[in-house]
Amino acid sequence: MRLGGGLRAAAPFARRLLGATVGGVDAWMTDKLGEEFNARLARVPVKLTESGVDPFGLDPQWTKWALAVVAALHRHYFRSEVFGTENVPEGRLLLVANHSGQLPIDGALLGASMFMDVEPPRFTRAMVEKWTQTLPFVSLLFARVGQVVGVPENAKRLLENGEALLAFPEGAKGISKTFDQRYQLEDFGLGFMRLALETDTPIVPVAIIGGEEQYVSVGNFERLASLLKMPSFPILPQLLLPFGALPLPSRYRIYYGEPMRFTGDPDDDDAVIEEKVAAVRATIQAMLHRGLKARKSVFF
Amino acid sequence: MAPPPTRSAPPKGAEATPPRGTGAIIVTGACGRLGRQVVRLLHRDRRVIAVDRRAFPDRPKDVSHEQIDLRRKKLKDLFRAQPIEAVVHLGVMHNPRASSAEHHSWNVTGFAKLLEYASQFSLPKLVVLSSANVYGPQADNAQFLTEDAPLLGGARFSEIRDLIEVDMLAQSFLWKHPSTETVVLRPVHILGGVKNAAANFLRLPTVPTLMGFDPMIQVIHEADVVHALTLALAPGVRGIYNIAGPEPLPLSRILKTLGRPTVPVPYTLGKALVKRLWSLRLTSFPAPELDHIRFVCMVDDARARAELGYAPRVDLDTTIRSVDVEQW
Repeated sequence: MRLGGGLRAAAPFARRLLGATVGGVDAWMTDKLGEEFNARLARVPVKLTESGVDPFGLDPQWTKWALAVVAALHRHYFRSEVFGTENVPEGRLLLVANHSGQLPIDGALLGASMFMDVEPPRFTRAMVEKWTQTLPFVSLLFARVGQVVGVPENAKRLLENGEALLAFPEGAKGISKTFDQRYQLEDFGLGFMRLALETDTPIVPVAIIGGEEQYVSVGNFERLASLLKMPSFPILPQLLLPFGALPLPSRYRIYYGEPMRFTGDPDDDDAVIEEKVAAVRATIQAMLHRGLKARKSVFF
Repeated sequence: MAPPPTRSAPPKGAEATPPRGTGAIIVTGACGRLGRQVVRLLHRDRRVIAVDRRAFPDRPKDVSHEQIDLRRKKLKDLFRAQPIEAVVHLGVMHNPRASSAEHHSWNVTGFAKLLEYASQFSLPKLVVLSSANVYGPQADNAQFLTEDAPLLGGARFSEIRDLIEVDMLAQSFLWKHPSTETVVLRPVHILGGVKNAAANFLRLPTVPTLMGFDPMIQVIHEADVVHALTLALAPGVRGIYNIAGPEPLPLSRILKTLGRPTVPVPYTLGKALVKRLWSLRLTSFPAPELDHIRFVCMVDDARARAELGYAPRVDLDTTIRSVDVEQW
């Protein structure tokens, strides 16, 4: 009872403290990310329900905070360079990108770029693993910032609502590449192509350079990974360094390619779909090669 | 609003059926909160027979009340005595405290008997009230489930298996007996004066929530369910329909609207606690139902909107607040 009383007495202070923090962070955000951050926020096409969230649980308030953090990384830590933003069409689209870097920072930065650099600013929706839904706080955060459970019905519905959907067709194999395999695309899954055909959605190929150097993985402890039921257990020598858990500040370069449109039967044989997928994969691989050639330094 | 009586020709192979609008309508489970409202709405222009074991103290004068058990032979006498035009089946028992054998026998055997007579007397219309809970809350649920999603509600929560079985029986009846227009309605969490798990949960003076979980929830006002039931009685309508209310919202917003104090509890602790309370008969919420405040279980009601012409009439705020104002 006394504890409850104490809590109740402390509540107004906590609230005032929270208010002050929110105000301070808001000011910091405008300071660091420019006045346009808030202005861009107002221009994002988003369909909210009465209660202020979208039907998938995206809350613009939460998304704003998440974006502010990622946008700061995007601008000041990884100092991303972005090319080809004019290639991103309005309305529904499927972003298909290479996956790299042990932690999905590439996805977050692409999301930040879609908000900070692309016109009109967009909230990028990505699909997350089913088991994340069983994790407290994680499932809540993912839902509030617009990440949805990775089932085809959700992807289809999002595209039909005119959203920008992000797919990494390499999957977990792509993100856990070792350093000697860097920027060599793994096999692509076929699901994204069937989805694009079914919903008649343009595919925007995206090449992300810089992710492979953030965590240099020299090997994969496969037996330990399977023991821990993890997709991979990368061996990262940099973890031995002070602050080695932070990703190295490699400079990211994000290339948006011209939208690709495909027609055909979404339920066609794998062989037919594979041909179309190969075209997308070849485009991204070529963009990666071009980008790597143009890159003078990994960190600058 | 009852659908206008029509004089369309009876379906083929059912000579015994009277022209539409002349026969009586049987409402099972008529003394429940929903049943009473359905009866009140229908009796104005139809002859209504209320079937329920319970008492119906303030029933309208022109409604005949049969206090019979669906499993008894007397049900057949009702079909024999007069032409029956439609059956609205609401008589599914949801008492979590009743023994599972009694539950099963009442829900499944009773309904099977009803179906037997429906086919024997070529019933023109059968409306069954199921629930969106038959899909069950799952971590990998699509955000909006369509009518062909598998009914996995019983995977962890066995008490709902009766309802799934009733739903399945109705589905197979729908395909096996094309002469009967069978409609299965699967509404989301019904709020209002009703006493179901969702409404009772929201009526708790302090509402426990699961720490770090805040799923999107769909709720519907009981009046909208009654409205959907009357739409399902319209001639020509058959099939399975999800029924959703106003737009979905996070559980936390519902609790905020109601102004309830909440206590966030970690899932493992909450589960153990509810299990213990349940075994001590201190709570009426079985532990597996916690998944409803952990994972999504929402439906896509596009089919009902297109084919039944259904749209919710009660707004979100009224729907949520109805758990408080309409205490029965």
